[in-house]
Amino acid sequence: MFDQTVVNMIGTGIKDTLYMTLASTFFGYVFGLPFGIVLYVTRKDGLRPNRFIYFVGDAICNIVRSVPFLILLILLIPFTRFLVGKSYGSSATVVPLVICAVPYIARVVEASLHEVDAGVIEAAKAMGAGKLQIIWKVLLVEARVSLLNGAVITTGILLGYSAMSGTVGGGGLGDIAVRYGYYRWQTDIMAVTVVLLIVIFQLIQNAGSRMVGWIDHRKR
Amino acid sequence: MSEIEIKNLTKTFEVKGQTVTALDHISFRVEKGDIFGIIGMSGAGKSTLVRSINFLEKPTEGQVLIGGTDLGSLSEKELRRERRKIGMIFQDFHLLEQKNVLDNIGFSLEIEGKKKRAARERARELLQLVHLEEKEKAYPSQLSGGQKQRVAIARALAANPDILLCDEATSALDPQTTESILLLLKEINEKFGITIVIITHQMSVVTRICNKVAVIDSGVLVEEGLVQKIFESPKSDAAKELIFERKIRHTPLRRLDAARTIRIVFQENPAYEPVISNVILKAQTPVNILKADTKNIGGKAVGEMVLGLPEGQNIQERIIADLRKSGLIVTEVSVDV
Ligand SMILES: Nc1ncnc2c1ncn2[C@@H]1O[C@H](COP(=O)(O)OP(=O)(O)O)[C@@H](O)[C@H]1O
Ligand SMILES: [Mg+2]
Repeated sequence: MFDQTVVNMIGTGIKDTLYMTLASTFFGYVFGLPFGIVLYVTRKDGLRPNRFIYFVGDAICNIVRSVPFLILLILLIPFTRFLVGKSYGSSATVVPLVICAVPYIARVVEASLHEVDAGVIEAAKAMGAGKLQIIWKVLLVEARVSLLNGAVITTGILLGYSAMSGTVGGGGLGDIAVRYGYYRWQTDIMAVTVVLLIVIFQLIQNAGSRMVGWIDHRKR
Repeated sequence: MSEIEIKNLTKTFEVKGQTVTALDHISFRVEKGDIFGIIGMSGAGKSTLVRSINFLEKPTEGQVLIGGTDLGSLSEKELRRERRKIGMIFQDFHLLEQKNVLDNIGFSLEIEGKKKRAARERARELLQLVHLEEKEKAYPSQLSGGQKQRVAIARALAANPDILLCDEATSALDPQTTESILLLLKEINEKFGITIVIITHQMSVVTRICNKVAVIDSGVLVEEGLVQKIFESPKSDAAKELIFERKIRHTPLRRLDAARTIRIVFQENPAYEPVISNVILKAQTPVNILKADTKNIGGKAVGEMVLGLPEGQNIQERIIADLRKSGLIVTEVSVDV
């Protein structure tokens, strides 16, 4: 149906899309997880309330999250060029994706940690646990199902954003869909890329649900 | 030196600009080996008090001394070390849902920095103590309430504490399970000499295993002493109300015409029936029995009876005097009890 170049192009598109999604999720969590922990710890009923830190963190989250992704993408071009050396291609797209993901992830993490029963934290304190131990050994362990669910949702969202960044030369399946479907009216190629995006999304969701099943000991 | 000494403890909370006094200048001592009950109605301040004993709640005023050490004088780190000597269990167990029974029990050792293997070994010992050997691989969601509380007790004992604090530890359990948990606590107290503080709103828990009791009413300690003494002749309204556990209020018996209500308490005296019937015969007038019950207090059977006396000051006084003469403890009870 398609010639070899198109097949190759789609193959590269899949690779690029997976790369952008997974890399941005990974780096998003590298920064977003500690950020979320800081928000949780410093909020007013947290382990170590600190109004100033919470206020700043909260403000950063809200500001970055209210800037539309495409605007962020453009605003960050100088920064991206400084970091990666160029402002197009999949590696360059990872930068704004991470910046966009970090505050979102921080919020998701904060909410997950907040779900942990205060009584369990109290029991740990009564046993003589310090704050770091409570974070490592209680919060992150007890909230892990919720954290993983949050990560799966985040990955799905970043998959969508990576496709969106295709419009500005980001590469990946979204790029192909826009170039062939929108500019050249080759609907067959567009359809294939959209189906592939749906399949990837499904695979991520399924893998996530399966992992949740493995690590959750609350049921049954 | 007392194991626990509470000196002039006051705790206030700021709630929406208003000051709520949860504890109001409370002082008492708990001696080594005591099973000390703290009883009060819901909202009386019991949880705040017990959480002050291990400084989860920092007092607004006053001191908490554990084995002579003033907790208020300790650094954060020293306080954490001190807390390891004080185990705690709760109404809702507060087990780690994502850890199995063995790792829950070993958790306090893990915090201390013990090796996982050593922690598990100690955990197995404790599982034997609480009779749950076969559940070591189970997760809390697979256990019944009573089993969860056993795991919580084992966890609280893992670090070899001197003191065990129990905040409504049996309030979420059915009577049979409550009984087995109380027996376990008693066994632990006797076997290891661990001082136990039991918070409860149920008098039956206090009379079952405590030797001493403090009664808390709206943040104030209104009565304190040996359980037997307070059960025999409660002085405060709160103690009276708790002893009756409000049961009597809702029985149709209350509607019986009683001009004056008294409560008599008697011990290991199987002859109480003749005493009452003799009194009735002598007075030539009927007496209403509003309530009769026996309890096991510290291994001794103690009976209580609430009588409605007929009208007439003279006859009432005569009956009371006769009962007292027969060696019974008589206290006046307000009609609406
Ligand atoms: N963290 C808190 N903030 C505000 N008020 C509190 C707090 N903890 C307890 N209180 C208040 O202190 C009183 C005693 O509460 P508590 O110790 O939980 O009682 P009990 O355990 O006897 O039911 C209640 O009026 C409660 O509302
Ligand atoms: Mg309470």
